[in-house]
Amino acid sequence: MRIDLNGQTVETQARTLADLLAEQGFEAPCVATALNGDFIARALRPATRLNEGVKVEVLSPMQGG
Amino acid sequence: MFYDVDLTSRLMLGTAQYPSPKVLLEAIEASGAEVITVSLRREGVAGGAFRDLLANSCCRLLPNTAGCHTVREAVTTARMAREVFGTSWIKLEVIGHADTLQPDPFGLVEAARELCAEGFDVFPYTTEDLIVGEKLLEAGCKVLMPWGAPIGSGQGLRNLAGLRTMRAHFSGVPLVVDAGIGAPSQAAQAMELGFDGVLLNTAVAKAVDPVGMARAFGRAIQAGREGFEAGLMPERDMASASTPVFGMAELA
Repeated sequence: MRIDLNGQTVETQARTLADLLAEQGFEAPCVATALNGDFIARALRPATRLNEGVKVEVLSPMQGG
Repeated sequence: MFYDVDLTSRLMLGTAQYPSPKVLLEAIEASGAEVITVSLRREGVAGGAFRDLLANSCCRLLPNTAGCHTVREAVTTARMAREVFGTSWIKLEVIGHADTLQPDPFGLVEAARELCAEGFDVFPYTTEDLIVGEKLLEAGCKVLMPWGAPIGSGQGLRNLAGLRTMRAHFSGVPLVVDAGIGAPSQAAQAMELGFDGVLLNTAVAKAVDPVGMARAFGRAIQAGREGFEAGLMPERDMASASTPVFGMAELA
């Protein structure tokens, strides 16, 4: 299945958001996730299923003003 | 002072644009700031180093929604920030114009209402408009952060009279001048007007010596506050001799 991960098209075997983070090598406790523009809390990631073409954002703490 | 948190320093420091993480850490320390602003982005190469830096700093974090142009983006970003940073504090920016980075007051009030209802402690980046300020307080904000000048412009307090009016109008509300400060004297001026704090980033990060500038801002803000508390003399149009005329010799 192809999805959009942080603006890049990615081919993934993952069926859930939690699986996607593991597959793509993210440190799950250190990131925040959104699916199609909606925040997905950490606890909901295993139950959040991915569909073809979904837009996933995985964000980390960065410098800001 | 801000959402039941008392701080010693009235400077809030941004963490972006420093020459290196080491300089950033030293600047925070030299400034005396107890609150630093942070953001959420797609992780780049230096992401891990920044996380370590946050863990080593004992500052309270104020995540922002910088770059968000819609209510939805800002609200989603705030929710993501609360989980990652473990704080309900959020510096709410809903940007209305790409060139001036002026806040969109309509989107700002709407996003503030939503986030306050969800238990966030919202620090809204706003203009000096009194009615927008009123609406933000009605929405549940307990702090207002008017701009001094456009973000990163270093122009200082561009609407001095408007900021003075805002200070007088919201006498019991913590007010922080956020954005546009370029020099320590401008930060001192905000404090002399009775503002409760100053938030800045570029003026320190882009100084020739960021650590020295951070220290200068810390001191200027403290001096400005002490000046305000001591009560400034009223301005006059004409001169008024300070040395007494009584006892003056006749030498002419």
